[in-house]
Amino acid sequence: MLEKRILTQRFNKYDGLSIRQYIDLDGFKALEKAFSMSSQQIIEEIKLSQLTGRGGAGFPTYIKMQAMLNETRDKYLVCNADEGEPGHFKDRHLIEKDPYQLIEGMVISAYAVGANKGYIYVRGEYNNAIQQLEKTIKIATTKGYLGNHICDSDFSFELVVRRGAGAYVCGEEFALMESIEGKPGRTRVKPPFPTEKGIFDYPTLINNVETFCNLPTIIEHGGEHYSTIGSNHAKGTKLICLSGNVKHKGLYEVPYGTSINDVISELGGGTANDIPIQMVQIGGACGPIIPPRLLNMDIDNEAFEIFDAKMGAGAIIVIDENYDLFEIVLRNMQFFLHESCGKCAPCREGHIQIVKLLQKFVNYQATHKDYVSLQSLAEVIHTTTLCGLGQTSPTSVISTMTYFKEAYDKRINQQNKE
Amino acid sequence: MNLQKILEKHAFQKDHLIEILIDLQNEKTYKFVTEEEVSLIADALKVPVSHVCGVMSFYTLLSFDERGKYIIQVCKDVPCYLNDDFNVLTTIEKALDISCGDTSKDQFFTLEQTACLGCCDEAPAMRINNKVYTKLTKAKVLRILEEYKEGILC
Ligand SMILES: Cc1cc2nc3c(=O)[nH]c(=O)nc-3n(C[C@H](O)[C@H](O)[C@H](O)COP(=O)(O)O)c2cc1C
Ligand code: SF4
Ligand code: FES
Repeated sequence: MLEKRILTQRFNKYDGLSIRQYIDLDGFKALEKAFSMSSQQIIEEIKLSQLTGRGGAGFPTYIKMQAMLNETRDKYLVCNADEGEPGHFKDRHLIEKDPYQLIEGMVISAYAVGANKGYIYVRGEYNNAIQQLEKTIKIATTKGYLGNHICDSDFSFELVVRRGAGAYVCGEEFALMESIEGKPGRTRVKPPFPTEKGIFDYPTLINNVETFCNLPTIIEHGGEHYSTIGSNHAKGTKLICLSGNVKHKGLYEVPYGTSINDVISELGGGTANDIPIQMVQIGGACGPIIPPRLLNMDIDNEAFEIFDAKMGAGAIIVIDENYDLFEIVLRNMQFFLHESCGKCAPCREGHIQIVKLLQKFVNYQATHKDYVSLQSLAEVIHTTTLCGLGQTSPTSVISTMTYFKEAYDKRINQQNKE
Repeated sequence: MNLQKILEKHAFQKDHLIEILIDLQNEKTYKFVTEEEVSLIADALKVPVSHVCGVMSFYTLLSFDERGKYIIQVCKDVPCYLNDDFNVLTTIEKALDISCGDTSKDQFFTLEQTACLGCCDEAPAMRINNKVYTKLTKAKVLRILEEYKEGILC
C-alpha cells in the first residue's frame, strides 16, 4: 500500500457536518488531551514530530509556535485556506470532508500559543467550503468546542471565516493579513515576521489548512511516533493533488519519501492510453517542470533544492506527449501576469514581456535573441522581487530551459528554416 | 438585504469592507457595485472613497460593471487545459454567440475565464455564479446552458 491515510482517515465516513459522528470517530480526543498539557509540552511534541508547514515553504511549525508563546500581547491565529495555486485541491477536500479536524487542530494550536481569536481565510470561489465551515463553527460553538470556556477549561477561542475575493496573491501570508484588515492584498516588507507584527500589528500565527490538520494526530499519538512516519528529510504524510494526463486524478495521502513515479503510476494508473509522459510539473504553476528521468525523486522539499525550488503544496501535474511545452509555460506565465499585485516593477512589467516572448515561441517566431531575453528576464524577476509570487513564478521557464533546452533550440531553428 | 442591513450585519467595521462588498454584490441580480454605494460605504465605515475604490479594483470577484444574471467562469489553468479535449470556452462562445468577457444582449449570461477552481481532480471545470460544474463534456456544457435558460438550474 502506497497510501497512508491519517489526515484523510475520516473522509466519507461521516457527512462532514455531524459533530456526534466526528466524536464517534475519535474526534476531539486530542483536544481533551491537549487541555491536560501545558503550552510548552504541546510545542515540545510538535518539535519532536518535526512537522513542517504544508502551505509550500516547509518551515518547521514549532519555531513559529515558540515565537508566539514568547509574546505577551493579544495574539491571533490564522488558517490559510486561500488555496489558489493551480493544481491544488487538498485544502478544499480537508474542509469539505472533515472540517472538525481542522477546527480541532486550530483550537489545539490557539491553546498552545495563547491566541483567543482566529480567522480562517478561504478563497471566495470555495462556496461549499465556506458554507461548511460556517455551519460547523456554529455547531462546534454550541457544543462547547469553540467560544468561551472550551471543554470547561479556562481557555476561550473565537473562530471566524473571512472570504477572499479572487486574488491568488492573498495566499502569501502578509497579503492575506492585509486582506483580513479589509485592504488590497499587497505584501509587506519583512522582517518583522507575522509572529511579531501580524494582523493589526499583533503577533499572528499563520498556518496552512493541512498543517493544522496534522496537530490532532501528533497530540493524540505523540510527536515521536509521528516522526517515525516519512523519510530522513521529512516526517509524516503529505497530501498529493494528482492531475493532468493521468487515468486516476485525485487526492492521495502518502508518507514523505514516496517517489513521484510511484504516485503517478501506482496511484494515478499512468497516462490515459499509455501515451508517454513528456514532463511533470510539481507544486503548481510556480513549480519546476521536470522530465520523466527525474521522476524517481522523493516528494520532500530537500530533494527539490536541486531546482532551487520546493516541492510546494503537493500538486503533481502530468503532461503527456500530445501537449506543447511552450503552451504550458505560457499558461503559467499568463496566470502570474494576471495575479501580480503590481508592487514591484520587475513582477508587474516583467510578466508582460515574458508572456510576449513565450507567445513568439508558441507561434514559431522566436529567435536566439528572444531566448536570451527570456532567460535574463526570468532571472531578474526571480532575484529582485519582494514576495514569493515573483520569486517563484519564473521557475517553469528556468526549469524548462535547464531540462528541455533542446526544445527551445529546436523551436528557434525551425523558425530560421521557414 | 439592503446596504444598510449589510453594514449593520458587519457592525460598520472597517476590516469587513471586502465582506460587505461581496455581500452587497451577491444581493444584486446583475452582480455589481455602484459609485454611489461606494461613497455610502466609505462614509459609513469612515474610510476614504479612494480606499474602497482601491479594494474594488484589486479583487477580481468585485465589479463596477453590470454583468449578466449568470456569470459563467471557465477555468483557464493547466490541469483543466490538459483535460479539455473539446474546448469548453469556444463551445460556450458559439452556443451563446458571445465572446469571452462579454454579456449576452438579454443580460442573462456573462462569459469570463477564471483561475484554477480547485477541482483539477475533476477537470475540466467551470463555475456559474456560486456553483461549480466539473467533468465537463460538450454535451454536458450545452445541457447546463439550456437548463439555465429554461430555469431548471438557477
Ligand atoms: C504567492 C503566494 C501564494 C501563496 N498561497 C498560499 C496558499 O494558498 N495557501 C497556503 O497555505 N500558503 C500559501 N502561501 C504560503 C504562505 O505565504 C505561508 O508560507 C503559509 O501560509 C505558511 O503556513 P505553513 O507554515 O503552515 O505552510 C503562498 C505564498 C505565496 C508567496
Ligand atoms: S513579487 Fe509581484 S506579487 Fe509579490 S509583491 Fe512584488 S509585484 Fe506583488
Ligand atoms: S486547473 Fe481548472 S480547476 Fe484547477
